[in-house]
Amino acid sequence: MTEATAPREVWITGIGLISSLGIDADTHKTHFETGTGRVLDESRYAPYPVHPLAPLEWSKQIPKNSDQRQMETWQRIGVYAAGLALADAGIAGNAELLDRTNLVVAAGSGERDTKVDCDVLEAIHSDDETALLAKSVLPSALRPTLFLAQLSNMLAGNISIVHHVTGSSRTFMGEESGAFAAAENAFRRISSGQADVILIGGALNAEREDLLLGYEIGHNLWRGPFKPAQERSGQDGGGFIPGSVGAFLTIESRAHAEARGAKAYARIADIRTDYTARKQGDIARSLTQLFETFLPRIPAGRLPVWAGSSGVDPSTTEDLAFFDLLPAYDIAPDVRVYGDDLGYSVEAHFFAGLALAALTTDGKGERKSRNPGAAKNALVTGTGYWRGEALALIEAIG
Amino acid sequence: MSQGHDKKGRPLVAVTGMGVVTSLGNGKADNWAALTQGRSGIRSITRFPTDGLRTTIAGTVDTLKVSPYSAPSLSIAMALEAANEALHEAQAGSNGKFPGPLFLATPPAELEWPQRRALYQSALDKSESGYRRLLASARASDWNEMQSLFQFSSVANHVAERLGTRGLPTSVSTACASGATAIQLGVEAIRRGETDAALCIGTDSSVQIEALIRFSLLSALSTNNAAPEQASRPFSKNRDGFVMAEGAGALVLESYEGAKRRGARILGFVRGCGEKADDYHRTRSKPDGTAIIGAIRNAIDDACLSPDDIDYVNAHGTSTPENDKMEYLSLKAVIGDRVANVPMSSNKSMIGHTLSAAGAIEAVFSLLTIRNGTLPPTINYAVPDAEIPMDVVPNVARQARVQAVLSNSFGFGGQNAALVITAP
Repeated sequence: MTEATAPREVWITGIGLISSLGIDADTHKTHFETGTGRVLDESRYAPYPVHPLAPLEWSKQIPKNSDQRQMETWQRIGVYAAGLALADAGIAGNAELLDRTNLVVAAGSGERDTKVDCDVLEAIHSDDETALLAKSVLPSALRPTLFLAQLSNMLAGNISIVHHVTGSSRTFMGEESGAFAAAENAFRRISSGQADVILIGGALNAEREDLLLGYEIGHNLWRGPFKPAQERSGQDGGGFIPGSVGAFLTIESRAHAEARGAKAYARIADIRTDYTARKQGDIARSLTQLFETFLPRIPAGRLPVWAGSSGVDPSTTEDLAFFDLLPAYDIAPDVRVYGDDLGYSVEAHFFAGLALAALTTDGKGERKSRNPGAAKNALVTGTGYWRGEALALIEAIG
Repeated sequence: MSQGHDKKGRPLVAVTGMGVVTSLGNGKADNWAALTQGRSGIRSITRFPTDGLRTTIAGTVDTLKVSPYSAPSLSIAMALEAANEALHEAQAGSNGKFPGPLFLATPPAELEWPQRRALYQSALDKSESGYRRLLASARASDWNEMQSLFQFSSVANHVAERLGTRGLPTSVSTACASGATAIQLGVEAIRRGETDAALCIGTDSSVQIEALIRFSLLSALSTNNAAPEQASRPFSKNRDGFVMAEGAGALVLESYEGAKRRGARILGFVRGCGEKADDYHRTRSKPDGTAIIGAIRNAIDDACLSPDDIDYVNAHGTSTPENDKMEYLSLKAVIGDRVANVPMSSNKSMIGHTLSAAGAIEAVFSLLTIRNGTLPPTINYAVPDAEIPMDVVPNVARQARVQAVLSNSFGFGGQNAALVITAP
């Protein structure tokens, strides 16, 4: 494909979002417009609260039982949300279009059979035995299919198999940074003419002890009763409250969307990322510098901000410091820390923020009724609990 | 079209530095000497006891000592070794700063048994069991060192911080195509004009007991344990699976104009990148090969070349019954009758399958093939497979002038990538 000489508009034409709040995008839109509370399970993994996935029927997006059996829950969450996005965009079922649709996923995983792990740990009594037991126990206890659930790229693999998205497939890793890089890369490919249509997103299954362990070795989880991220921050390093989330979007060049008559929610005006060493002040300084590149596109006044703050320090303290700087630019930030309702979803979190910003910025919503007070722009922020910074600017179309 | 652009008007992407680590040794010189002598790096595993396992061989990298040993530590060490060789050759950047982004292919992060065991043992309350005990132990002590190695961004972060690459480091996984995808990301960034240079690395240290058992359970591995160096037999009738292996490959990519401007030596070009995803099966490709064919065609189209221009194929060639047959059939579909004459060899016959690193390592070897005018052989080719009637450069290296190499990488999960690499 020949690169475009001038940047092309990148439109969001489909959204699939599932979480503890509900199993479609509309429910999420309504939730954040009316604020109807949150869903938390504080006992199952105590002292760690989690936002459990709302009940759903996997077969609605993953019709074959054989496919469902080949996946663990994080993959099912992602495949389900991806299917919703494709259907919303009018791409599902269009074989010709699916064969050209590119796939960009941010994934972690390593989903394990925790019972097998426990059996091994409880049976061995010295380091020398580790290998021995791994050999005698694992070969009979491990399921080959679970190995495929452990590989980060197999969420994308399953999306291709179930939904037939086969243009290309790339998986980015690295906690939140994986999502930042994936979103920025997909945006730039379309903007530059290297791709026309991309399905982007991620998924997190928060209801997993092995996943919690991976975060808690860095003391990144919040312990105890729910508190908003702002209040967690500053208390003993803060912590995040994981939430099961699947968040996918279809993004297209404007020309591609218009040619097929697709309606758009909004356009992505820009996505920018950074990587700081996290010395004191680095994060706020980085977000401010990224924001200044957006500033020419943002009118003075109220600006909805979908803040991806985790509640982990120092990143959340500095997020908040960044928001406090915005009035100096004649911007009145209307900050919504969306993780306080969804839970924090690591690789899926930035995509959930893009989805919420697009849903509420609301071009496609004109199909129903556009909120007359809706702002024309929205900012999405992302700061990794350990590394990585990102900002996205979403704009209403028209 | 100016001198520094291709037929599509995009900046040409040159390679100005390369580095490599495999079971054959550290660096291009040792690797190339071994490859052209037809020497294998596959041996019995000594890293952990293997008695009772179906497969006991691998291409481990034992030349870099990391202490304490862990898979991500070895991945980091190999990536840095390969990258430093590439940076030295390219003479790019200064003062510990590389003037471009890092694109890194690396395996998914996962705590392993020694870490799980350490957590389990350190628990204060030994009456608890299972993951509750692991979590209690994680809460109670400082595990920062473990966290810094076992996050999904860990390897990229360590490498980026050591090499001073610019911006957010990108970690990518397209299974066994990851190394090629990392290169593609770099090529695309340069073509977009975002950067004049990019550092693309693939690294993999997956020879761990559990990974070995898991691949074994998928029936993917060779069980020719008695003669390790003869176990990897791509395209042979008696091939019985791949051999897990470790290594890293690194390439410094630069816009042709940027490289010229600073007087860098150009080692070759990455002219085309192609991908195509398969929707058939989690570990098998579509019987008609359309996804692999698509990736190869896309790479050749992207290079503004025709199939007739390809004069050597650096095969994915894993030595599994399925892959090698599909690779042949797909290549035949793209290049037609020429398939019988175009030489295609598999580096994996000697270094094994380096998984996430393979695409990057094999890109380095493709460039060395062009530079040295020598085709590395496919070794262990004793029993030809009548279904794969190809010139696989059997057993002995061969002199040949090569202008354009097709380098294939196909992954579990249906993620296929191909690169077209050309002479300077």
